[in-house]
Amino acid sequence: MGTGMDSHNLKPTPHGERGKKKARVSRWLLLLALIPALSACGDSFGWYVVDPTNKSGWLNLKFMLSGLWYTIALSLTAMSISLVVGLIVSLPALSPYKALRMTNRVYVDVVRSVPLLVLMLWVYHGLPILTGIQIGAFWSGVIALSASDSAFEAEIFRGGIQSVDKGQYEAAQTVALGYTDTMRFVILPQAIKRILPAIGNQFIYMLKMSSLVSVIGVEELTRKANELSTVEYRPLEIYTVLILEYMVLILLVSAGVRWMERRMLAGERR
Amino acid sequence: MSPNERTPVIRLHDVSKLYGDFRALDAVSLDVAEGERVVVCGPSGSGKSTLIRCVNRLEKHDEGEIVLDGVTLGNNRESRRVIADTVGMVFQQFNLFPHLTVLQNLTLGPVRSRGVSENDAKARAMKYLDRVRIPEQADKYPTQLSGGQQQRVAIARALCMEPRVMLFDEPTSALDPEMINEVLEVMAELAGSGMTMICVTHEMGFARRVADTMVFMDKGAIVETAPPEKFFTNPESARCQDFLQKILAH
Ligand SMILES: Nc1ncnc2c1ncn2[C@@H]1O[C@H](COP(=O)(O)OP(=O)(O)OP(=O)(O)O)[C@@H](O)[C@H]1O
Ligand SMILES: [Mg+2]
Repeated sequence: MGTGMDSHNLKPTPHGERGKKKARVSRWLLLLALIPALSACGDSFGWYVVDPTNKSGWLNLKFMLSGLWYTIALSLTAMSISLVVGLIVSLPALSPYKALRMTNRVYVDVVRSVPLLVLMLWVYHGLPILTGIQIGAFWSGVIALSASDSAFEAEIFRGGIQSVDKGQYEAAQTVALGYTDTMRFVILPQAIKRILPAIGNQFIYMLKMSSLVSVIGVEELTRKANELSTVEYRPLEIYTVLILEYMVLILLVSAGVRWMERRMLAGERR
Repeated sequence: MSPNERTPVIRLHDVSKLYGDFRALDAVSLDVAEGERVVVCGPSGSGKSTLIRCVNRLEKHDEGEIVLDGVTLGNNRESRRVIADTVGMVFQQFNLFPHLTVLQNLTLGPVRSRGVSENDAKARAMKYLDRVRIPEQADKYPTQLSGGQQQRVAIARALCMEPRVMLFDEPTSALDPEMINEVLEVMAELAGSGMTMICVTHEMGFARRVADTMVFMDKGAIVETAPPEKFFTNPESARCQDFLQKILAH
């Protein structure tokens, strides 16, 4: 049945288009194939725990999906903060002054050398002792995720900005733009277009790493799966569903990133 | 009217630029009067680009004095202001902003740094696009234009800042031969309108037609300064004779 459908989908399309479409279709097929393939493995599966056609299975699924909101909120918040911090941290790296370049190096090297899970535990359990302020699991997660990721974003921004031709700065100077306007209207728009794929990657990485906040108790996808698993004793089915949840989320994000890339390249062909 | 009698807009006095020990400019002096058209030529590496780039401080000179519209240039706000208000520049490689349309390329400077309203800036941009004869390209992106069209957009972009002085650094040497004339034409018209210009070029026909003063540079120094009639028929230095022979030969 499957083959009939996809030969219909793969009508001849112009050159590159066809390859891309093929790749997209096959990715989804792979995903769908996973379920029957796994359930075919015999008695070890008991899909009823997550079967939406029976009452308790449906409730379990709903319970698992209720973690979606936190996963998305956490990743989006952390990503936004990390992009802003990353940009700010990257700018001194481009300065002619050694002291400024050093601040960038120190930040990047220090932050990059702390394991994310360790940083998360430190922020959640340690930071309140240091500051006397209780920040809660969600914001601890956001801080750890965004701090950790910002070092990588900073490196990405630095690379992107450095790839913009020197003549662009000179041209901006001859139309009397100051530093901020030059960055905002001339350099960054060109840099961001070039680093979009890399930022997309980071976002996907962020979605996956957000599963670590389950250890400090944020009720996101992974935490929900953990909780359900301890009452239902069906870890195989539950964690399989969890994997599928992340896969769908990430396939959606990569499709979104590609769409943005295409849109940005639409007017100007370089 | 003889431009040389008026007070200079640009005065370079004993200007030197060093890269390590190497003197890219070596005690160069030059006065440019309001309305004067100076054409600079000389062999590759003689310091022509360095000279004009020192005038708008894309390069910082190390010795001597550059006075622009009465302001001695240095690393300060007043210098940046006078350069922004006075000098426009056109590059060999155009350096248009590739992510902006032609119109946006032209309005960015006036809107952001002159405080001109969006509408006035657009009107101004269309005026100068008309002048360089490509108003119909306003909504295209630079990469969709030919080299000659791109360079004319670059000229219009500089003019939108309404400068008193225009600097050209080999504006036609990145162009295919059939596009050189359309750009030179626009430049000649600009010269005819009374714009003060310093132009580095090897287009000697253009120079002969447009220049008030010819400057020949070699090894970081100005070797000869003369009006074109004298420069082309009776150059004094042997190096200049040699250079002209080579360049006019083909
Ligand atoms: N950033 C730099 N570092 C070191 N040397 C430089 C630098 N920029 C220019 N120079 C040197 O200074 C000299 C003058 O360069 P400049 O670009 O002004 O020459 P030019 O007359 O414009 O030559 P061309 O006709 O090739 O454009 C050259 O010898 C060049 O190698
Ligand atoms: Mg040059």
